[in-house]
Amino acid sequence: MKENQPNSLLKAVAPQKRNGSAALLLPAGVVVALFLLWWAVSYFNLFPAYSLPSPLAVAKSFKEEFTAGRMVNDIIASLWRVVVGFVLSAVLGIPLGLWLGQHLAGRQAFVPVLNFFRFLSPLAWIPFAILWFHIGDKPAIFLIFMATFFPLVLATMSAVSTIPKIYFRVAKDYHYKGSELLNKVTLPAVLPQVITALRVSYGIAWVVIVAAEMVGCQDGLGYGIWEARNGLRLDSAVCYMIIIGVLGMAMDRLLAQLSKLPNVRWGYER
Amino acid sequence: MFAGAMKDKPFASRLTLEKVSHDYSGLAVLRNLNLVVQPGEFVVLVGPSGCGKTTLLNLLSGHVLPVSGKVEREGVIRTVYQYDGLFPWLTVSENILMGLRDEQDKTRRNQELAALLELIYLQGFEKHYPHQLSGGMKQRVELARVLAGDSDILLMDEPFSALDYQTRLRMRAELVRLLENRPRTVVFVTHDIEEAAQLADRVLVLSNRPATICREFKIEAPKPRELADDAVIHAMKLILQELGLNAHAAL
Repeated sequence: MKENQPNSLLKAVAPQKRNGSAALLLPAGVVVALFLLWWAVSYFNLFPAYSLPSPLAVAKSFKEEFTAGRMVNDIIASLWRVVVGFVLSAVLGIPLGLWLGQHLAGRQAFVPVLNFFRFLSPLAWIPFAILWFHIGDKPAIFLIFMATFFPLVLATMSAVSTIPKIYFRVAKDYHYKGSELLNKVTLPAVLPQVITALRVSYGIAWVVIVAAEMVGCQDGLGYGIWEARNGLRLDSAVCYMIIIGVLGMAMDRLLAQLSKLPNVRWGYER
Repeated sequence: MFAGAMKDKPFASRLTLEKVSHDYSGLAVLRNLNLVVQPGEFVVLVGPSGCGKTTLLNLLSGHVLPVSGKVEREGVIRTVYQYDGLFPWLTVSENILMGLRDEQDKTRRNQELAALLELIYLQGFEKHYPHQLSGGMKQRVELARVLAGDSDILLMDEPFSALDYQTRLRMRAELVRLLENRPRTVVFVTHDIEEAAQLADRVLVLSNRPATICREFKIEAPKPRELADDAVIHAMKLILQELGLNAHAAL
């Protein structure tokens, strides 16, 4: 039989691979162009130096921050807060979303409240975060949790409610029940959507951490920017901004690896 | 032959409907239906679309309880669906192994899996996921899954209707071959008259809603049957007549 040749049936990945060098060169070109623009603007003094630091000043500041060890310390502090807050909301939010997705009464009871909190900016919690948790890691973790928990619950819940009924029929034919049904049918059926939700809410978390650390913390990337502003050190602020952007992208790339797991590919390919 | 392949026990299946009626919120779908499916028999249900064929299968499988009447079933029942019946997060092997969940012995399970893969000509595709397969291959995996282990009764809900015509023809032959290897009791729902004539031991023609069996006849010709066999053409004529789809009726 002709259709029995394994490789002929795999979805073509070759065109993407052939495009590999362009996929690297094109964005690199844009970055270089932006950098040149920045350099030209500051070289020809189109903006005064105090409102736009030059690339050279930023490079110097980078060296300074790293040799002083402050930057590394701030990176670790911020990553730690985001990871703890994010893991906490995933561990509590995903199971709650799974449960709500399967219980109509639960949905009816909780969805309005969950929606209310989802639309409440996490930054609105800052006064309470400081009042309840004082200064340090805790208020920032609390804010990350408040920022990511509600969207994660709601995304998981709606993923569960869109599982095709046929999967549950098949599951019944083969006697999947209780926790086995949850772990071997419901969870894998929503996993691709949950991974997407994780990436989205991680994005929220990383945005929120900078604001959260501007108050209630004495280290971290957000605090670094706040300090730079207070000292009128915009070169240092730009260093922090670059680090925040790069780290955010790197973490997202890491989470994107989850969507390459073979047992979730189906969710992205059809 | 390996242990699980041939069932030496006589058919343990029993499937009967007694005066079954069903409606969905007032809309009568089935009326006073009686049906006894003999062990090992291949029964095909044909009827106009929307006449309640799928409802009838759901009653047989137990997914739906009838409003009145009695459904009796005995034996392990499995269903082949039109499409999307495979779990997309499981590989071909893992999907087939679902049908072998009751087999405790690991070596026997793997032997049986290998035999099934060979039977459906999908060796080399063990680790593929359903979305990497063609429609026909997916349905073959579904067939392997329902045939795995000690299933007794197969309910088939238009299993080939989502496939293109040529694949459909091939799948019919495939099904006949698989059942020769592993006999099962089959209740097969289709709107495809050819399919009914080629596969059935007994054809039941259903009337419009509320459906009841308006004609029933046996096709004795041995299988596999060619599409152009006299017996097949004769059976098709009968079915067409009963459905009011023959040329004379149109005039």
